[in-house]
Amino acid sequence: MSDSIENKLDTVEKNLLKAIADIEKTPIGAYNIRENGKGIARNTTANIDIVTKKDKPGIDIIIKPNTQNESVHIPVILTQAGFNDVVYNDFYIGEGSDVVIVAGCGIHNNSCETSEHDGIHTFHLSKGAKVKYIEKHYGEGNGTGDRILNPQTIVYLEDDSVLEMETVQIKGVTSTIRETNGEIGNNANLIITERIMTTNNQSAKTIFNVNLNGTNSSVHVASRSIARDNSTQEFISNVNGNNKCFGHVECDAIIMDKAKVISTPKIVANNIDASLVHEAAIGKIAGEQVIKLMTLGLTEKEAEEQIISGFLK
Amino acid sequence: MLELKDICYARDNKQILNHINLKIDNSKLIAITGPNGSGKSTLAKIIMGILPPDKGTILFDGQDITKFNITDRANLGIGFAFQQPVKFKGLTVKDLIELASGNTVKLSQACNYLSDVGLCAKDYLDREISSSLSGGELKRIEIAMLAAKKSKLTVFDEPEAGIDLWSFNSLIGIFENMHQEIKDSSIVIISHQERILNIADEIVLLTDGEITATGQKEEILPLLLNTTKKPCKVMIDKGGNN
Repeated sequence: MSDSIENKLDTVEKNLLKAIADIEKTPIGAYNIRENGKGIARNTTANIDIVTKKDKPGIDIIIKPNTQNESVHIPVILTQAGFNDVVYNDFYIGEGSDVVIVAGCGIHNNSCETSEHDGIHTFHLSKGAKVKYIEKHYGEGNGTGDRILNPQTIVYLEDDSVLEMETVQIKGVTSTIRETNGEIGNNANLIITERIMTTNNQSAKTIFNVNLNGTNSSVHVASRSIARDNSTQEFISNVNGNNKCFGHVECDAIIMDKAKVISTPKIVANNIDASLVHEAAIGKIAGEQVIKLMTLGLTEKEAEEQIISGFLK
Repeated sequence: MLELKDICYARDNKQILNHINLKIDNSKLIAITGPNGSGKSTLAKIIMGILPPDKGTILFDGQDITKFNITDRANLGIGFAFQQPVKFKGLTVKDLIELASGNTVKLSQACNYLSDVGLCAKDYLDREISSSLSGGELKRIEIAMLAAKKSKLTVFDEPEAGIDLWSFNSLIGIFENMHQEIKDSSIVIISHQERILNIADEIVLLTDGEITATGQKEEILPLLLNTTKKPCKVMIDKGGNN
C-alpha cells in the first residue's frame, strides 16, 4: 500500500512534518502518517508491515528478521485545536535486524483550546536486533491554548540487541511528561540521548526507569537541557543494576533567566558486579565560555546562542 | 601598533598593575616575563578587554580602544590565547576553528592548523572541546584557533605550558607562520620560559606590577635572577634564606 503525501497536506502540515521528521516529500521505505487521530498515508515494504490495531488506536510495526538498512517513519501531526490524541504503537523488531525508526509529533495550535498527543511506544527487540530511534517533538501557533505532549516509551531488549534513542524537544511545547522504561537483557545496550529546551512558562519532566537484568547489559543516558525564562524542568532517573552490568546517566542543564531545574538521580545496585555512575550538573552559562567566544569576534548574545546551539547539538 | 599609557589596575587593596607604559611596534615578537604574581596575565587581559583598567589609555593603531569591549577589539584584530583553555560541551574543534576564522576556513585549512600543532585533523576535528581532551590537547587546539583567527596582534598567555611532549620547534614555527601570513602582525607572549625569551625581539620584565626593564635577552635574563621576592621573614628569623 502506498500513498503520496505531497497532494494531501497543506503548508502548515508540511512544515510540521519537516520540523519533526525532516520529511518534505513522500519518504522512502515504510511510513505511517497520522493527522488529528487518523492515519492519512501509509506504505509498507516486503520486510516491514504496518497493521492498524483493532482494540485501541494505534498500529503494530512488524519488522522481519534480518531486515537491514531500512527505515520506518511514523510522524503524528495535530492541527485541530482542542484535540486529545492517544495512540499506542508497538514495534516488533525481528532477530538480527538493523533499522532506523523516525517518530515525532508536531502540534500547530492557533486557538485557546488545548491540543494534546500522548504516544505510547513499545519496542520489542529480538535477539541481536539494532534500532536507531529518532523522536522529535515540536509545537507552534499563536493561540493561548496549551500544546501538550506526553510520550511514553517502553523498551524490551532481548539478548545482544541495541536500541539507540535520540529525543529532541526544543520549541513550542507547553507541557511534557516524558517517561521511558527499559528492561535490558544479556549483552543488550540501551543508549539514550535527550535534548530539551523550554522557554516562557513551559514545563518538561523526564523520567527514566531502567532495569539492567542481563549479564553485561548496559545503559547510557545523556540528557542535556536548557531552561529559559520562567520555565521549569525536572529530570528523574532510576537505574537498577540487577546483574553484572554497566549504567551511566549523565544530565547537564543550563539554567537561564528565572527558570527552575530539578534533577533527581537514583542508582540502585542489586548485584555486586553492577557498576553504575550518575553525573548531574546544573548551572548558568559559564562566563569564561562567553568571553572566549567574544575574543573570537562574537557579540555576547551571539556567543550565548552559539553555546546553547552547541550544547543542544 | 599597540600603546599602553599609564595603565593601573588594583583589586582587593592590592595594586596589581602600577602605571604601565608600553609600546609594541609592528612585526615584533615581544615576551612579557616576570615572577609569579607580577601582573603578566592581568596585563594580557587588559589588552584583550577582558579586564577594564582603573586608569590609563590603550591605543591600537592610533585609535583609543580603552572603552572597547572584547568583541570590538577581536574584530579590530586582537587575538588572545587563554592560559587555561575554556571547555565547551557540544562545540567541536571544527566549530571553534570555524568561528575563529570568521567562518571562512576550508576543511583542508582547518586540517593544516591542527597538523601545525601536532594533532591529526582526522582524529580531532569532530571532537568536543570538553574534558574528554587532555590539558595538552586543549592547549594545542587553543593555539590552532589563534592561528586560524589571523589577528594583527595576538597575545599568548603562557602558550608552552602543558605541551612538554610537543616539540618546541613546532610552536616557534607557528609564531613564524603567523608573522609571515599576516602583514605587520605582532605577537605578545606571556612566559617565564627561557626558550621563549630566546626567540623574542624584545623582553619586557614585569615586577610587582611595574615594568622594571625592557631590552634584549642578554640584558634581561641576568636581571630575572634578581627579581625573586624579598626573603621570607620567618626564614630569616630562623637564620636561613639570607
